[in-house]
Amino acid sequence: MSFTAPDIDYAGMSPVIALTAGIVVVLIVGAFSSRRQRVLTSIVSLATLGAAAGLCIWQWGEDKDLVSGALRSDELGLAAALLAIVAAAFVIPLAWREEAFDPARGPAGQGEFQALLLSSVLGMVLIAQAQNLIAFFVALELLSVPLYVMCGAARLREASLESGLKYLIVGSLGSATLLYGLAFIYGASGSTDFAGIAEGIGSGLADDPLVLIGIALAATGLAFKLSVAPFHQWTPDVYQGALTPVTAFMAVATKAAVFAVLVRFFEVALGPAASDWRPALAALAAISIAVGNVGALGQDSLKRLLGYSGVAQAGYMLVGVVAFTEAGVSALVFYLAAYTLMNLAAFAVITVRERQTTFGDDIRAVEGLGRDSPAQAAALTISMLGLAGLPGTAGFIGKLFLIEAAVDSDYTWLGIAIAIGTMISLAYYLRVIAAIWMRPGDEPAPADRGGLPAMAGGSPEADRAGRCRAIVGLALIAAAATVVFGIVPSPLVDWASAAGDSIAGLLP
Amino acid sequence: MDVLNVLLWLPVVVGVVCFAAPRGAARWVAVAGALATLALAIVLVADFQSGAPGLQHVVDEAWIPDLGVRYQLGVDGISIFLVLLTALLWAGATAFSALRAYPADVSRSRFYYFLLGLAETAALGAFVAQDLLLFVLFFDLMLVPFFFLIGTFGSGDRVAATTKMIVYTLVGSLLMLVAAIATAILAADEIGHLTFSIAELRTHVLPEGSQDWIFCFFAAAFLVKMPAVPIHGWMPDAYRAAPLPVLALLSGVLSKVGAYGFLRVVLPIYPDATIQFQELILVIALVGILYGSAMAFTQTNVRLIAGYSSIAQLGFITAGIFALRGDGADGAVLQMVNHGLVVAPIFLIIAVLADRSGTEDLREMGGLARRAPVLTALFLIVTLATLAMPGSANFVGEFYILNGLFQAKIAYAVVAAIGVALAAFYALRLFQRTMHNRLAEGTVSREISVREAVVIAPMVAVIVALALYPGLILERGEASVQANTGPVLASTR
Repeated sequence: MSFTAPDIDYAGMSPVIALTAGIVVVLIVGAFSSRRQRVLTSIVSLATLGAAAGLCIWQWGEDKDLVSGALRSDELGLAAALLAIVAAAFVIPLAWREEAFDPARGPAGQGEFQALLLSSVLGMVLIAQAQNLIAFFVALELLSVPLYVMCGAARLREASLESGLKYLIVGSLGSATLLYGLAFIYGASGSTDFAGIAEGIGSGLADDPLVLIGIALAATGLAFKLSVAPFHQWTPDVYQGALTPVTAFMAVATKAAVFAVLVRFFEVALGPAASDWRPALAALAAISIAVGNVGALGQDSLKRLLGYSGVAQAGYMLVGVVAFTEAGVSALVFYLAAYTLMNLAAFAVITVRERQTTFGDDIRAVEGLGRDSPAQAAALTISMLGLAGLPGTAGFIGKLFLIEAAVDSDYTWLGIAIAIGTMISLAYYLRVIAAIWMRPGDEPAPADRGGLPAMAGGSPEADRAGRCRAIVGLALIAAAATVVFGIVPSPLVDWASAAGDSIAGLLP
Repeated sequence: MDVLNVLLWLPVVVGVVCFAAPRGAARWVAVAGALATLALAIVLVADFQSGAPGLQHVVDEAWIPDLGVRYQLGVDGISIFLVLLTALLWAGATAFSALRAYPADVSRSRFYYFLLGLAETAALGAFVAQDLLLFVLFFDLMLVPFFFLIGTFGSGDRVAATTKMIVYTLVGSLLMLVAAIATAILAADEIGHLTFSIAELRTHVLPEGSQDWIFCFFAAAFLVKMPAVPIHGWMPDAYRAAPLPVLALLSGVLSKVGAYGFLRVVLPIYPDATIQFQELILVIALVGILYGSAMAFTQTNVRLIAGYSSIAQLGFITAGIFALRGDGADGAVLQMVNHGLVVAPIFLIIAVLADRSGTEDLREMGGLARRAPVLTALFLIVTLATLAMPGSANFVGEFYILNGLFQAKIAYAVVAAIGVALAAFYALRLFQRTMHNRLAEGTVSREISVREAVVIAPMVAVIVALALYPGLILERGEASVQANTGPVLASTR
């Protein structure tokens, strides 16, 4: 009996390998170094993410199947992977010594936090490339389970634990629903491979009840993960309870990765049944736009506000999938990139405000920010203007891209829904901006929270100021990128179009 | 580098430079920038080939090729004078702010002048954009600086007022974005590629059913911006809250973008829908004339008197455009410039008057003319121009508009003519109650200071100059007006 070793494409797998190795190194470093372990684990994590990003860029443009067709390395997957990696790399400095500000808030452990973050990124990289039901589900769990833990990472704080538990229960429900749906689809088509499913459904199974039930359950499960209304109820609570850096990561990276697999699963595997799922996803998009935007009105907690705004934004992005065209996928990827930049800037500023004021993430924390800290104010303002889709920001180009895709595929009413949702959204985005610039703060921000442990090599005050400067710097970079891509969008448009093109050949 | 590019981006670049300037000097940097922009605009007008209907100083470059959006600029006989008006009023408002050391809080002055610069670029952009999407982009972009200008530097209930203004105007303009995209995509089948170029879009007339809803979306955006009567709810609050130099720009320039949009976009690209909705828009215009005049006559807040008179004036301009005749549109173009030229000095004069009487309530003002002959003379000239006294350019403009309207729809013209008489009532009331009567309590009659006169006198001089030679605009505008109203005229015959 002869045995041929499977041919492993190490180049294609290299981002995955790098991340896996990084996780192991982070855990070892965390276990063995005690004094400066937090700095070291963060540095190793950043290096890992840098390497993974570099390898993704290296693999850019080489479309190929990996692991016997379970994964596909193409621009769509790599683009989503890059977004997840960028988000994680952004979040590590945000979480840097968070516990120094409030022992009850910071993540526990010695490097576990960073290792969990990297594991989640690994799951995202895999799911963005998955084209097989098994790989799809395993990767989804790999990205979700670390997130459940990270939400509860501040184990001395009740809100964080509640958030973790809530996310665990709802997330598991979503996963179970999805898994049930995938089983139906496998049962109908007889294949776990996306191409095989397409073939199976294409042979006259599009109206088969098994397939319809499978599509409905799978869409529901993914809607839970993407916090698409009406499956979004967990979002504001979990966002508010989790540590702000974790919220930032969850809001941004999860969306990028899950939207990538959503595109691949629905447009490639279920493409022949498009007439079944397109109206359903269109309805979900419209509901999400309405519910998210209305829910965000009157929220005083900025994290809850961004949670609801994320529900609405997920609705906008779903329009790109509904379009079921190359342009729709490009629009989705562009919007994901813009959304990543805008949200990271906002969450970075919120992190700083939580440290510098006693208001937490309440909108009062940003009152008078324009006077006290113009840099933070500018970053948050640009982020809000971008999320509202005003011209001069990448958010405007993103909405333009999405509406164009919607109108082009005869879903003009969804384009109008985006426009109406945007109008409603102005009421809450502008409220934040008005608080920043147009209300004098009660008093100069109470700088000292008290109870800071002294650190070697400098006064706590100087150290804190320096650390926040780094985060504000990151926020400004993200905000500046939002404006630059709003004025010179071509590089980002080309990048997103490459992702759209890569899937074009697979579309029926 | 093309002069149009420089003109467009100079204000915002100067605005950014303001941040680098020392706090006290920011305002002078801004004034220098606004004056340089004005100089460029004058060069542009001097360089203009009259009689040529097409675009001049065209800039055409790819911007987002995948989405069919081009960076396309150009001026023709309609936009050239609106560009000049914009540059002139911005120079005036910036200098007026700087000379009065506004805003009082020096630490915020850099932000103020940056916003003014950004707003000027956006307004100029709307007038020179020749790509439909670029036009929409600049149209929306204008809102951002004005949101901050009113919300941060305004008075009274400024945050609510500015939010209301933004929500109102964006409701219109976001639908316009969808409509613009739909236009390009529907036309792409015929043209063969996706394009937002206005020149290309107007060569392919859309089917009538699509034209209708697209027209409604565009009309909503433009009518809110003007504002026209049933949808003017943001106007009173915003006008009460805005700083007066900003208000001069809001009323003088921004309101014209809506009217300009009808001429530039709606008439040439959607001719069939324009004819279909002609009567509806004319009714809205007439309601605006009558309602605006009546409100201007009864208001006691001097800002709102000027505000409602603007509604009436814009009613005239809209009526002129929707007469769908060459002379009506000619008059509308002239009247757009005229109205901007008179309403901006009125708001600046209101600032001067409010200084002297300590109030903006007409009932508590009076007698300001006593020791201020020069101020009175300047205000009188502006007032007479506002009520379209024969001899003023406003008279010529209104004459052209009414002439066009008479030939098109005589019933509407009769009603509109009433508005001409009403203008005399409210304009003279404003003048008399502030300048004449007994000197009100707490009021000091003081002559206009040099710092105020330096800004207001040149603006009044421009009004006088245009009164002497309105042909400056009519001659240069005519060919372009014909080109833009051509498709509609062809369909009506």
